[in-house]
Amino acid sequence: MKRYVIIGNGIAAAGCIEGIRSTDGGGSITVVSAEKRGVYCRPLISYYLEGKTDLSRMGYRPDDFYEKNGCAVLWGRTAVKLDPVSRTVTLDDGAAVEYDALCVAAGSAPFVPGFEGLDTVEKKFSFMTLDDALALEKAVDKSSRVLIVGAGLIGLKCAEGIAGRSGSVTVCDLADRVLSSILDAECAGIMQRRLEEHGISFLLGDSAVRFDGGRAYMKSGAVVDFDVLVLAVGVRANSSLVKDAGGETGRGITVDEYMRTSLPGVFAAGDCAEGMDISAGQRRVLAILPGAYMQGHAAGVNMAGGSRVYDKGIPMNSIGFFGLHAMTAGSYEGDVYEERTGDSVKRLFTKDDLLKGFILIGRDERAGIYTSLIREKTPLSSIDFEALKKAATTAAFSPEIRRKKFGGAV
Amino acid sequence: MKRVYVNEEWCLGCHLCEYNCAFANSGLSDMALALKGRPIYPRIRVEEGEKISYAVSCRHCEDPICVKSCIAGALSKEDGVIRIDSDRCVGCFTCVLVCPYGALAPGETGVMQKCELCLQNASGEPACVKGCPNNAIVYEERGAAL
Repeated sequence: MKRYVIIGNGIAAAGCIEGIRSTDGGGSITVVSAEKRGVYCRPLISYYLEGKTDLSRMGYRPDDFYEKNGCAVLWGRTAVKLDPVSRTVTLDDGAAVEYDALCVAAGSAPFVPGFEGLDTVEKKFSFMTLDDALALEKAVDKSSRVLIVGAGLIGLKCAEGIAGRSGSVTVCDLADRVLSSILDAECAGIMQRRLEEHGISFLLGDSAVRFDGGRAYMKSGAVVDFDVLVLAVGVRANSSLVKDAGGETGRGITVDEYMRTSLPGVFAAGDCAEGMDISAGQRRVLAILPGAYMQGHAAGVNMAGGSRVYDKGIPMNSIGFFGLHAMTAGSYEGDVYEERTGDSVKRLFTKDDLLKGFILIGRDERAGIYTSLIREKTPLSSIDFEALKKAATTAAFSPEIRRKKFGGAV
Repeated sequence: MKRVYVNEEWCLGCHLCEYNCAFANSGLSDMALALKGRPIYPRIRVEEGEKISYAVSCRHCEDPICVKSCIAGALSKEDGVIRIDSDRCVGCFTCVLVCPYGALAPGETGVMQKCELCLQNASGEPACVKGCPNNAIVYEERGAAL
């Protein structure tokens, strides 16, 4: 009986468990879970603060998930050492766990720069886990002035979630625009305006350099008084377990399309892994939920002796604020097709007869049709791209492709 | 399993399937009450090209990327049917971002909806198929298209 061990208990781990069980019903599965709760929908923590969901609806799988899949979960434990020769993982309580196949799905951790005086701030939080959200919920009331450091996806979803519960929300970022990892300046400006319309203030191109209790001294000379501080500067992949064991790492744990690391019998998946972004043709940590599940699932199948590649990884995000949605995918390189009206933007990026990426803001459009062109690397010369530019429609595909897509089971 | 398939060459582009879909999923017994003078949110949609038209609804994929991508655990596969739990959906549009067929879209309340083959509503079988005047939409068992 094969012994499977999974480090981590997030979405990638859930995918891994289901991947293993799709192939091997019998082996033992041990899950090392730092958090003392079953796998939950991590991106929903801002929706929780906003009141759009509650704890009873945030579980990613039913309560009997681990039992039904024959998993032993070690709650509140982390892995501190990996020995790939004896195939043993050592936990923080000194216990040694042996494995035949290991999946490192340890996620990422908030990156907190060494701000001067940070230790003098009484109420400071990260925004990564449900515990973070619950602690923030307790700390904030209608009189609280909240300062969020970081205008990325995490910082802004936190801002949206907390806006209705707090007195004021200010977001600062060293970048000159919001969501700088996925949007250009013009698109970022549209999203920023929507957030400002809902009372959120911004200090961009500026960052805190020093804290003194409830006061932040900014690089620009500005001074911001606050009651609650949220640090959402960025995240770092939890890759040290593999790195310290001699495995290859970059910004995350290096994996191939089978989710294998450079260490025999060791796989990695999710936010800690650095796999291929096929839209850019280079390795990237793609810290997105769909990728985490699919990588985890592929790792699980392969750990159990099956064969499953995950070779369609691209960045893709759907993020909305106060009803304005931005959908983005792929890489923004090549020629641009653009439509703009008011708060709505459509940008399609094409290069070498391929759709490489897109940005859609405030558009009621079936974006997945575009996403599939990027993921499948569909030659644009094989479809009616002139029609497809204007509207995402499968009618732009050739009769042959349509017959395959709609004429039988897929 | 049985799925909904379209015959492009027979589709008249009449959009009756969209109305029948919206009605079947309205929970109402009076079609005029459910549809007349109101915006409708069908889970099937007629695609129209220069010389063709055909209706598209969820393909109930063997390996559904929407289910794997849902950030809220709202999409699941039960006996081959891809279902959405509207209580869990937070309206993030991630499924819209990934579905290659454009088969998910927001309904009246902002949460996503999709074809569930009318297995749970009063129709009991796909209303789009029942109401198609030209048999351009069928409900049958097929393998993969060669």
